[in-house]
Amino acid sequence: MSKVIEGLLYAESHEWVKIEGDIATIGISDYAQHALGNIVYVDMPEVGDEVTAGEDFGAVESVKAASDLISPVSGEVVEINEELEDAPEAINADAFANWIIKVKISDPSEAENLLDAAAYAKLCENE
Amino acid sequence: MKYYDKLIFELSRPGRRGYELPAGNYGTDALASLPGNLLREEAPELPEVSELDVVRHYTNLSNKNFGVDTGFYPLGSCTMKYNPKINEEVAAMPEFSALHPLQGEDTAQGALELYYNLQRALSNIAGLAEFTLNPYAGAHGELTGLMVMRQYHILRGDTKRTKVIVPDSAHGTNPASAMVAGLEVVEVKSKPNGSIDVEDLKPLLDDTVAGIMMTNPNTLGMFETEIVEIAKLVHDAGGLLYYDGANLNPMLGKVRPGDMGFDIMHINLHKTFSTPHGGGGPGSGPVGVAAHLVELLPAPRVVKDAEGRFHIEGKNDKSLGSVSSFLGNFGVMMKAYAYILSLGKENLKNVGPMATLNANYIKESLKDDYLLPIEGACKHEFVFDGLRDKSTGVTTLNVAKRLLDYGFHAPTIYFPLLFHESMMIEPTETESLETLDEFIEVMHKVAKEARENPDMVKNAPLTTPISHPDETTAAKKPILSYRQLKAEQ
Repeated sequence: MSKVIEGLLYAESHEWVKIEGDIATIGISDYAQHALGNIVYVDMPEVGDEVTAGEDFGAVESVKAASDLISPVSGEVVEINEELEDAPEAINADAFANWIIKVKISDPSEAENLLDAAAYAKLCENE
Repeated sequence: MKYYDKLIFELSRPGRRGYELPAGNYGTDALASLPGNLLREEAPELPEVSELDVVRHYTNLSNKNFGVDTGFYPLGSCTMKYNPKINEEVAAMPEFSALHPLQGEDTAQGALELYYNLQRALSNIAGLAEFTLNPYAGAHGELTGLMVMRQYHILRGDTKRTKVIVPDSAHGTNPASAMVAGLEVVEVKSKPNGSIDVEDLKPLLDDTVAGIMMTNPNTLGMFETEIVEIAKLVHDAGGLLYYDGANLNPMLGKVRPGDMGFDIMHINLHKTFSTPHGGGGPGSGPVGVAAHLVELLPAPRVVKDAEGRFHIEGKNDKSLGSVSSFLGNFGVMMKAYAYILSLGKENLKNVGPMATLNANYIKESLKDDYLLPIEGACKHEFVFDGLRDKSTGVTTLNVAKRLLDYGFHAPTIYFPLLFHESMMIEPTETESLETLDEFIEVMHKVAKEARENPDMVKNAPLTTPISHPDETTAAKKPILSYRQLKAEQ
């Protein structure tokens, strides 16, 4: 069974968000990494890029498929996880420890549209 | 030699030769006359082997090949039908194969006639006005077809039409071709049965839409029953309809894309018309168009005059230009033409129904063990969503690998992306009932093994030269040369 962590918010497109102050840390869920299989490449934006809630900010490529990364929030990219450039498989090892980007949130109310752990676990069960 | 796994470089021994040239005739003197900047400083790293070493090496490697000639190949959406040997015989005739592309028309009337006749045959089969045979492969055909679409709007001065609508279940080449053609891709959602959601399509149809790309039957092997309405909606909005010929096989001789309302299509000769795939290629991706688009086709074209003579026609004012050198892959066209003539009009009509029957036979025979997400009659292919019993943890990948142990090629797996454990099976019309039964028996056997001994299935294949390559590293750091391999070790 895939792991879901309490205290994080989740998008229906299987990204997780951790919000601390006005910074959102974004990654993909354990369910998503499991569904994708071995990840070989993570296409990330650059620091300073703007991301928009509901739109793609990059892509994860696995041996099975390439999948867009959809941003759960809008704002400016303040940091990207450069370790993923050389070791994208880290997401397979631990999808929650290996975040992808950090965003300075421009509209905190967008977080209200996201799912909590219980609702997300239910969503995964039904997929 | 069953498990032969050597590289030719590993056979190399210093000084070993296949043959030697007479001393003095081709000596080092010739090299001395070349300027220094054209000479390499180190000797090239080439294997030093005898003729027998070379013959055994490549014969053993060739024995590892799996092809339609060695076994059943149910690779969905690829139409891996048998390639009749008469095609090869015809294509090898020196009367054709020894022609030079720059030879005068008068001395190549037979070849031009064949080329012209194939254009006409494909037009009749597709229900479209004309075909160009120039594109070199399916994806090249897609690009050419979209260039026709773009040219159509440009010539009308309607330059704001830059969007191409592509279903979310489409083959990956569709959005890729649209991007290469300089158009923008807009996705339209499919319904649970894989067909286009007309309600989702309607709001997308504005005056920026150049056209829509579709396969019919769609990627799940289901016929798009609303095609007439979709065609009307797209045409009313000023767009064109593009038919991806990947799934033409079940329609052959029964339904014509032109009659469904499509304006442009490409055909993969290596799928529907029995020419070899991939390494056995090359391919060919003819593009057909409705009457109002004929002048836009790429040049050169082969035409017939009133006296029955054939000519190569250059670029007209409206043509989008050239997409190939000369007339395309002529040898492939000969094989496709041989196929059409050897089947004839009567038997071509049986291709689609037989391909459809075979697919439905496998589907119905296996749905007790494999999860069929979409019930109902399919066309030439269908999709299972893995094993019905998910409790064992045996995945579609495991089943596919276990099939290799039984001597079958694996089906297409994890495509389409609409399901998590997709397994896409297409038997084609060329397989006998006995082969289909054998495959069904093995698929049932694998399902039983998954229940009784899941760990064994997860470790399959157990009898192939390699079983579980590290796919991540292979994709990230491929070792492509012996030099690279030595550096890694």
